[in-house]
Amino acid sequence: MVLIFGMTACSGPMSIMDPAGPGASRVARLWWLIFWISIIVMLVVLVLLVYSLRTRRKTGANSEGNPEDVPAWGIRFVAISGFVIPVIVLIVVLGISLFDLAALGKDQNSQLRIEVTGHMWWWEARYPNGVVTANEIHIPVGEPVEFSLETADVIHSFWIPSLFPKKDMIPGRANTLTMEASKPGRYQGICSEFCGLQHANMGMYVVADVNFTEWLANQELPALKPSSNTTKSGLEVFLGSTCIGCHTIRGTAADSTIGPDLTHVADRETLFAARVDNTRANLKAIIIDPQGIKPGAAMPPTTLTDADLESLLDYLESLR
Amino acid sequence: MTTLSEKLSESWHRRWGIAGWISTTDHKRIGLRYLYTGFVFLILAGIEALIIRTQLAGANLNVVTAEAYNQLFSMHGLTMMFLAATPVLSGFGNYFMPLMVGARDMAFPRLNAFGYWVFLGAGLFLNSAFLIGQAPNAGWFNYVPLSDATFSPGLNIEFYTLGIIFIGISNTTGAINFLVTAFKLRAPGMSLNRIPIFVWGEVAFALTIIFALPPLTVANLFLFLERRFGFHFFDVAAGGDPVLWQHLFWIFGHPEVYLVVLPAFGLVSAIVPTFTRQRMIGYTYIVLAEVGVALISFGVWVHHMFAVGLPDIALGFVSAASFMVVIPSAVQVFAWIGTSIAGRPKLGTPLLFVYGFIVLFVVGGLTGAMLGAVPFDQATTDTYFVVAHFHYVLAGGAVFPMFGGLYYWGPKMTGRIMSETWGKISFWLMFGGFNLAFFPMHIAGLLGQPRRTYTYDTGLGWDTPNLWSTIGSFILALGILITVINWFWSRRHGPVAGNDPWGGETLEWATTSPPPVYNFLTVPEIRSREPMWDQPELHDGYQSPEMGGRPLTGGHLTLATSSLDAAPQAKVHMPHDSIWPFLVVLAIVVFLYGIVFTAPMVVGVGVGGIFGSVIGWFFPRGETQEL
Repeated sequence: MVLIFGMTACSGPMSIMDPAGPGASRVARLWWLIFWISIIVMLVVLVLLVYSLRTRRKTGANSEGNPEDVPAWGIRFVAISGFVIPVIVLIVVLGISLFDLAALGKDQNSQLRIEVTGHMWWWEARYPNGVVTANEIHIPVGEPVEFSLETADVIHSFWIPSLFPKKDMIPGRANTLTMEASKPGRYQGICSEFCGLQHANMGMYVVADVNFTEWLANQELPALKPSSNTTKSGLEVFLGSTCIGCHTIRGTAADSTIGPDLTHVADRETLFAARVDNTRANLKAIIIDPQGIKPGAAMPPTTLTDADLESLLDYLESLR
Repeated sequence: MTTLSEKLSESWHRRWGIAGWISTTDHKRIGLRYLYTGFVFLILAGIEALIIRTQLAGANLNVVTAEAYNQLFSMHGLTMMFLAATPVLSGFGNYFMPLMVGARDMAFPRLNAFGYWVFLGAGLFLNSAFLIGQAPNAGWFNYVPLSDATFSPGLNIEFYTLGIIFIGISNTTGAINFLVTAFKLRAPGMSLNRIPIFVWGEVAFALTIIFALPPLTVANLFLFLERRFGFHFFDVAAGGDPVLWQHLFWIFGHPEVYLVVLPAFGLVSAIVPTFTRQRMIGYTYIVLAEVGVALISFGVWVHHMFAVGLPDIALGFVSAASFMVVIPSAVQVFAWIGTSIAGRPKLGTPLLFVYGFIVLFVVGGLTGAMLGAVPFDQATTDTYFVVAHFHYVLAGGAVFPMFGGLYYWGPKMTGRIMSETWGKISFWLMFGGFNLAFFPMHIAGLLGQPRRTYTYDTGLGWDTPNLWSTIGSFILALGILITVINWFWSRRHGPVAGNDPWGGETLEWATTSPPPVYNFLTVPEIRSREPMWDQPELHDGYQSPEMGGRPLTGGHLTLATSSLDAAPQAKVHMPHDSIWPFLVVLAIVVFLYGIVFTAPMVVGVGVGGIFGSVIGWFFPRGETQEL
């Protein structure tokens, strides 16, 4: 059973056995090493247990049989299999894992530093040029990127399984980690320290983007000015409703930083901390009934007339 | 002999009725009570687990709400650790330690009764939070700041902090009692190197509790003060640090998870020699290993915090210490295997559970060693891989020996042997269900599924392992249910056990099943590590004075001996039954509810009750109550 499970189910979008960067590759190598050692130990134990039940018996094979004295080989057996062999194996594995630990933490002279802040229950990312985005963090391919990890409230943990081991976001501390994606792709991550009601729905993506420079330049621009009548009135709705209380759209009067920055919201593929795809229907559902999708989230429901809602959606969908 | 038993029965008379039930200090009745209560909580935690598994059977299910889910998984962990595993193993210790060392009761019988009532009170107190829908919901580890007054304004965490402090009293009094009993009340001749390994297991358990619980109590007191009175132990804005909670919690929490397996190891070491007809290989090494695990357990707490961002050098040391734990565990595993190979194993239900335990514990030990490797831990910590790991170690390592213990010692406690057929069916269902439930969790964890999540999405490869886990958990539950039914059926209808149904090697098999209130007609003198195998005169529960037996009539007496060599030192007068321990606990419970609901009058009644009942407990009564 061990082997069947072990061999068949190795890949998935968030599998640590499916690495896409040097950090995760190191972990995956370490995993396979200790996996095979463990299989050997397990087989030895199983064989010995079965062997102990062999039918060849000395005298009196029943429970009334006289107890046996401790055989001479007994202590040697325990000392070798319980002490000598484990000590040797463990020292080797310890050495390798400490070497890997040092390699993972090595200063890599990264050119880009992204500040990620955990919120209940979404991720905010700030780039050096002032770009602020949420839940989808673009990075260049094949370059080490330093992440500075902080939290706005409780403890969260930043984890992109296929790129790098996790690190916690703890109040009063600034943890950092430096990771690299060796090939382009959308790498899924999730908060991995229990952080309350919607811990399960605190997802995100790190996007290793071949067009990173263009993406960052576009993000740096203020929001597109509404050009049509509906988008114009959509902006009016945004500024006239509770939306403005929490969200920023750079280039408009909305500059509150409680919720995610929406300057380029239409550029993202998912919404609500990777909970749903970024479609018009989902966007609409989030505006009128956020608690139905993510009970306990900080976002209150917003009541709008149908016309206002449609123009607001038009406007938000224009924010590329 | 008849007159001897009459004399002893008079000195050790048992009171019946409700008053007798509440005030008993008989270690056997208290031990059974721990077992029954512990198993009730085990079943409760099991039901919580089944609800959790039903919610996770498929992606995006809505069996329970997120809030209910968080309360369920928090209470499942708390209940299993504090209200099921620890009490059941304390129950076996309570029942069998005095029997195995040849004493007539625990060293402090009233403290023993008090410890049980505290445990029951704390268990009911914690679970009563469900009645108002505000059970603890921040996990058993209860990290701040999520559990502080800002992020958890409800009563949930009040129940947690006060309940945990409360139950700590029970564990601590029990631990003191085990230590004094093991070191002062052993039968003459039972020198340190003849103490049964199970008793050593309980000693290691007790030592660990005494040193591990203070940090937990302190942490919870800090949190209570912070929540209620605005102290700032964990508040960064005021100079506190949330990581302080993690250190305090895990410097308790890691020893706690080991202390659950220590007496379970002892139980295994009690079953193996009997069922293999083989004296234990490496007695000294096993004892050293037991104590070694207890000591090392205090040096590994930071391996729960590898992702916190502590300096690499610190992680390196803790990683090395975590690997070190493998060694005493491996010594014990191979001593059991070696003993089985040398002996003639008879695969009765108790030994079947032991073999199952060895397989599961080795799997859990191997994944434990994997998690000791820092980079791998940083990748998989807080995923289902860890959930799989500690269920193999704790449920495999403690629950399976507990069930083995029921089949092994049940006849001693009830006088009747449990059904072997149903025992084996129960074992195979439990073993199969367990592996089906927990093995796929390794896969789910490696595929990135985080712990403590009430739902998950499709497309991540998590659906299949979760469905298997759910199916397995119900099979496991069925297996447990069969043993529960078997217990109740067999205690009425099973074959009569006699003194020694298995041909065991330790003293509990010398006396009747169930034993009389005073345990042994004569406190025996011991001349072997396996007295029942080497001293045939013990077999009918009476060692004549010519052979060294001491009747100790003329009072409520047991024998105190020296700690190392067990040379007789004094007759000890044991206290009689008392209702006061129960009343003290009742008053404490009133006091705690007063605090939770901020009701000054109730707090006043509770404080008055505590003072009154403690005075009543210790009030000098003129006549000596002993002779």
